[in-house]
Amino acid sequence: MTTTSPPTPATQPVRAEPSPRRLYRSSDGRVLAGVARGLADHLGVPPIYVRLAFVVLAGAGGAGIAAYGLFWVFAPQSPFEVDDGPHRERDLTMLLALGSLTVGGLLLLSALGLGLNPGLAVPLVAVGIGVVILWRQADDDARQRWRLATGTARLSGAARAAGGIALVFVGAGAILVGPAKVDGTSGGLVAALVVAFGLALVSGPWWVRMARDLSAERNARIREQERAEVAAHVHDSVLHTLTLIQRHVDDPREVARLARAQERDLRSWLYRPVADPDAMISSALAAAAAEVEDAHGVAVEVVVVGDCPVDERLRALLLAAREAMVNAAKYAGDAPISLYAEVEPGQVTVFVRDRGAGFEMADVPEDRLGLRQSVVGRMERHGGTALVRSVAAEGTEIQLEMPRSHQ
Amino acid sequence: MTESADPAEPPVRPARPVRVVLVDDHRMFRSGVRTELGDAVDVVGEAEDVDGAVAVITATEPDVVLLDVHLPGGGGRAILQALVPALPDVRFLALSVSDAPEDVISVIRAGARGYVTKSITGPELADAVLRVAGGDVVFSPRLAGFVLDAFAATTDVAAVDEDLDRLTQREREVLRLIARGYTYREVARQLFISVKTVETHVSAVLRKLQLSNRHELTRWATDRRLV
Repeated sequence: MTTTSPPTPATQPVRAEPSPRRLYRSSDGRVLAGVARGLADHLGVPPIYVRLAFVVLAGAGGAGIAAYGLFWVFAPQSPFEVDDGPHRERDLTMLLALGSLTVGGLLLLSALGLGLNPGLAVPLVAVGIGVVILWRQADDDARQRWRLATGTARLSGAARAAGGIALVFVGAGAILVGPAKVDGTSGGLVAALVVAFGLALVSGPWWVRMARDLSAERNARIREQERAEVAAHVHDSVLHTLTLIQRHVDDPREVARLARAQERDLRSWLYRPVADPDAMISSALAAAAAEVEDAHGVAVEVVVVGDCPVDERLRALLLAAREAMVNAAKYAGDAPISLYAEVEPGQVTVFVRDRGAGFEMADVPEDRLGLRQSVVGRMERHGGTALVRSVAAEGTEIQLEMPRSHQ
Repeated sequence: MTESADPAEPPVRPARPVRVVLVDDHRMFRSGVRTELGDAVDVVGEAEDVDGAVAVITATEPDVVLLDVHLPGGGGRAILQALVPALPDVRFLALSVSDAPEDVISVIRAGARGYVTKSITGPELADAVLRVAGGDVVFSPRLAGFVLDAFAATTDVAAVDEDLDRLTQREREVLRLIARGYTYREVARQLFISVKTVETHVSAVLRKLQLSNRHELTRWATDRRLV
């Protein structure tokens, strides 16, 4: 792990920096698995320093080797690939890297107190090299799938994988027949363990890859679903409205109504929580105001302070407020209507204000039921009050108060 | 503002036209606003992002900046943070399509002197600009509602002892009327006070909104962000 092409800071900005920054194993300019290169990119230092650090640490009881292995397993391979250098040269540097890995591995063994007993060390090194080849092969497979590799590349890969598997099993076998001196009943157990361990080492890369692919695929599917939902919503609402607007270019009032309804719809879709719109007083009032806007082509500005669930009394308040808005819309002309509601611990108050011509309650004929029955009567039946203030030429304000029923 | 020598009956046109800079990332919208403002003010500059706005405002030192809340490069808030300490005479009026309470409250807290929605009519907007230029504070019904909502969390009175942290009864009444769609003049008549007093109350509310570091205010805004 000592030789490398010199650091190339010039190519650094080309790599799109994913945000948030995460550690990848580099797939270009790598020697073995791209761990050192990836770490160097992540830390913003030349790779040679990282490699030297690994080598020094490998001398310290093999810690560098263990660290390298862990990074290899846990850091995902970088998807941002630049073309590798010539193949043959890479294989050469990889052999060199494997050689240094072997030396490091032997140091690790001696540090673990197993000594440099050749009967044990040689098979273990064989197993180690086999595992490294297998893991590296798994990386290559993954990369080739990204690039839609051809069959020939796969063939040499299969050969390498077979070599790795063979090395692992030969090493395991050597341990079994060699110095371990397997005998008796415990011998069978040890043999089984060694075989199982060998199988796990051999199949490990593919398990890991399968797990990663699964989660990547699930993420992709979730993203795709979200995108489809957005597309569907934009299609059903915005595009539809735009078409309607084009058809009504000669009718500014209708265009304004369409645009307002669409804006409201989009806004509520973007900012509001997904909830039953009628469950809370604020959203229910906004929905009622929207209906009035649509039906009468008048803008209603809704301001709600506080919020609470709608119960039976508040349902009555809601209907009365709606009727008051309808009333205002009919007589207010084009000026916007103000709806203000405040939820207090003891009561809910709603004000509906228009800037129309105003009227005298006494002048309203007895048979006109809107205000008298639907607003005032309804509020009183449910224990609330309604107050109408109207000033000629300034407009009308209807004040609705409903005490909250306490549980 | 209490210290300003503004006339008792606004809006009164000052001797020279009010100089305005428009900051909005949509060119169509800027030209629309320019048309709607018409001769009422003198538009001396436009900008479409944070850096451009900082440059134009520093160069022209206008009376009023009409500021969009959402801008490329950090939003209206970044402009306010860069310029309010350096240019105390430039007044900012937030003009936004955003309904999100935390956006509105954050530009006010960063130093904007008012907030109006983009649905405002041309004459109302011109009036609001002149008011801000004259030192007043412009509260739209929606902003009044947000402020009432934010300060309504004061049910826990024991925890709040600073004057900055709560609204007086009168301020609450004024804000309620504004939220109900009343103009300052109508508020004054309803409460039997002068328009000047209404403005004093509203300025006091703005000051509390900007200076209070009540935890509830932050928490309220954070709660709203999640919806």
